[in-house]
Amino acid sequence: MSGIVADNISMVFTLPNGDQVHALNNVNLNVKDGEIVSVLGPSGCGKTTLLNIIAGFLRPTSGKIIRENMEVTGPGSDRGMVFQQGALFEWMTVEKNIAFGPKMAGRPAAETKRKVDELLQIVGLQDFGKKPVYQLSGGMQQRVALARCLANDPEVILMDEPLGALDALTREKMQSLVLKLWKETRKTIILITHSVEEALFLGERLIVMAPRPGRILREYELPFADRGLVESPRQIKASHEFVETREEVLSLIWGMEEEIMGNDQELEPA
Amino acid sequence: MSKHHTPPSGVSVWLGLKDNVFTQQKTVRFGDASAVNSGRFYSILTVVILLSAWGIASALGMLESFYWPSVNATLTRMGKLLSEGFRNVAFWDHIGISVFRVLGGVLLGALVGIPLGLAMGLSSIARGLFDPIVEFMRPIPPLALIPLIILWFGIDETAKIFLLFLASLFIMTIAARSGVNSVKITKVHAAYSLGASRTQILFHVILPNALPEIFTGLRTAMGVCWGTVVAAELVAADKGVGSMIMIAKNFLQTDTVVIGIMVIGLIGYTIELGMRYLERLLIPWQGKG
Ligand SMILES: Nc1ncnc2c1ncn2[C@@H]1O[C@H](COP(=O)(O)OP(=O)(O)O)[C@@H](O)[C@H]1O
Ligand SMILES: [Mg+2]
Repeated sequence: MSGIVADNISMVFTLPNGDQVHALNNVNLNVKDGEIVSVLGPSGCGKTTLLNIIAGFLRPTSGKIIRENMEVTGPGSDRGMVFQQGALFEWMTVEKNIAFGPKMAGRPAAETKRKVDELLQIVGLQDFGKKPVYQLSGGMQQRVALARCLANDPEVILMDEPLGALDALTREKMQSLVLKLWKETRKTIILITHSVEEALFLGERLIVMAPRPGRILREYELPFADRGLVESPRQIKASHEFVETREEVLSLIWGMEEEIMGNDQELEPA
Repeated sequence: MSKHHTPPSGVSVWLGLKDNVFTQQKTVRFGDASAVNSGRFYSILTVVILLSAWGIASALGMLESFYWPSVNATLTRMGKLLSEGFRNVAFWDHIGISVFRVLGGVLLGALVGIPLGLAMGLSSIARGLFDPIVEFMRPIPPLALIPLIILWFGIDETAKIFLLFLASLFIMTIAARSGVNSVKITKVHAAYSLGASRTQILFHVILPNALPEIFTGLRTAMGVCWGTVVAAELVAADKGVGSMIMIAKNFLQTDTVVIGIMVIGLIGYTIELGMRYLERLLIPWQGKG
C-alpha cells in the first residue's frame, strides 16, 4: 500500500507586507498505489505548492498528507522528485548524478555501478556517463534527472513540469519514455504539466485545478495511458476520443484563463 | 550569387585592427561592449611608446637619477640585485618572503573563514553570534590595524601573518556565507528527496555549490593581501619587497625603488592570472547551473 492521500489541504502564504495568498483551499486527493495521475491548471493555481507539500518541503496551513497510514512531516527517499530543470548537480558527471541516492544510502559500489549502467541504457545515455551534466542538451538533462530519481527506487515519483522546458519533438519522445517507465516499474506517479495533450496522454486520471483560491475543479478518468502501452502515441493523439477530450479540457482551461485576463485588466489603471 | 565570406584571420585580426569571427557579424557597434575589438595593436603601441620615451630620455641624458633612473642604470642595478641581493638578502628571497606571508595569511584566513561563513549561512546561532563582528570589521581597512598589531606582536613574522590572516578572514567568511545563500533550493530539495542527510547535503551539495563564490573570495583575498603585505613591509620589516623599496629610498637608490615597484605590479598580476587559471581548472562548472 504505497499510494498517497492529501487530506483537506489548505495553504495560505503570508507575504512580508502582511498580505495573504490563498494558494490552496481544501484540496482532497487520493492517489492509489501504482497509479499515474496528471495535474493541470493555469499558472498560479497552486500546482507546485501542492507537490511541494506532498514532497514534504512545505508544511500546509491545515490538513495533512498521509502515506502508509503515517503523516508526512518532511522529505524522504520514498518520494522522488523530478523538477523542471536546474536541479541536477552540475559539478558531477552524469554517472555521479545518477549514483547520488544509492551512494548517500551507502549501497555497495559494485551494485550501484550496475544500477547506473542499467539506467543509462534505459534512458539512452550509455555514451554520456562520464560527461559533466552541463554539456548535455535540455532533453538529455531531464533524462538524467529521471534516471537519478529511479536509481533510488522511490515508491512515489513527483514530477513538476519535468518536460516543460523542452522543445515539442523532444517532449513527445520523453512522454513515451515516462509512459514506458511507468509501465515497467508501476510506480505511483503524480505529474504536473501545463500541456493538455501531455496530461491526457500520460494520466490514468486527470486533475484540473482552478486558481484564486487554488482548488480541484474537475477530475477525469482517462483510458489513454493504458492504451499508450500498445498503440503508438501519434495514433492515440489523433484518435477521435483523445481529440474530443482535449477540446473539452482546453475550453475549461481557456475559460479560466479568460477570467484571469479579465481580472488583470481590472487591475490596470484607467 | 551572394558574396562569399572567408573567415577573418591573420595578424591584423589578432592585433584587433580588423573584425574577428564574432565582431564581424554585428551591425550595432557603439553600445555593444562585445562588439569592441581587443585593440591589441594600440596596447602594444602604448608599451612601445613608453619604453622608447624612457630609452630616448636616457640616451639624451635628460633623466635626473634622483627622480627616475636611466635604462642603463636600471639594468645594471637589476644585475647587481640578482647577483648580490639587497642588504645581505637575495633578491628572490625578498620576493619569496612577501609571497610566503601572503599565502600563509590567506591560507589561515580561508581555514577559519570558510567554515565560519558556512556556519553563518546555515545556522541562526552562528549567524547571530558572528554577524556583529563581521559587519564591524568589514569596513576597516587592514592597514588601520597595523599599529595595534605592532603593539601586540612587535614586528616579527607573527605580526605580519596575523595581519594578513585578519585581512583575508572577513573576505573569506563573507564569500562562504554568500556562497551558501546562492545555493538553489531545488538542488537541496532534490538531495533531501534522494535520501541525503544534513551532513551529506553540506559536503555534497552546499559546499560544491558555494565553491565558485569561495574561489572569488580567495582571489579577492590574494589581491588585498598582496597590497597589504607590501604596505605592512613599508612600515615595519627588514625583509620583503615592501621593505626593500623603503630601505632603498632611505639610501636614495631610486633605481632599486623603481625595480621594486615594477616587481610588485608583476607579481600581483601573476597571482591574479594564476588564480584565474586555477579557477577554470578546479571549477569548470562555474556559471553553468
Ligand atoms: N513561497 C511563497 N510565498 C508567497 N506566495 C507564494 C509562494 N509560493 C507560491 N506562492 C503563490 O501561491 C500561488 C500558487 O503558486 P504555485 O504553486 O507556484 O502555482 P503553479 O505551480 O500552479 O503555477 C501563486 O499565487 C504564488 O504567487
Ligand atoms: Mg509551478
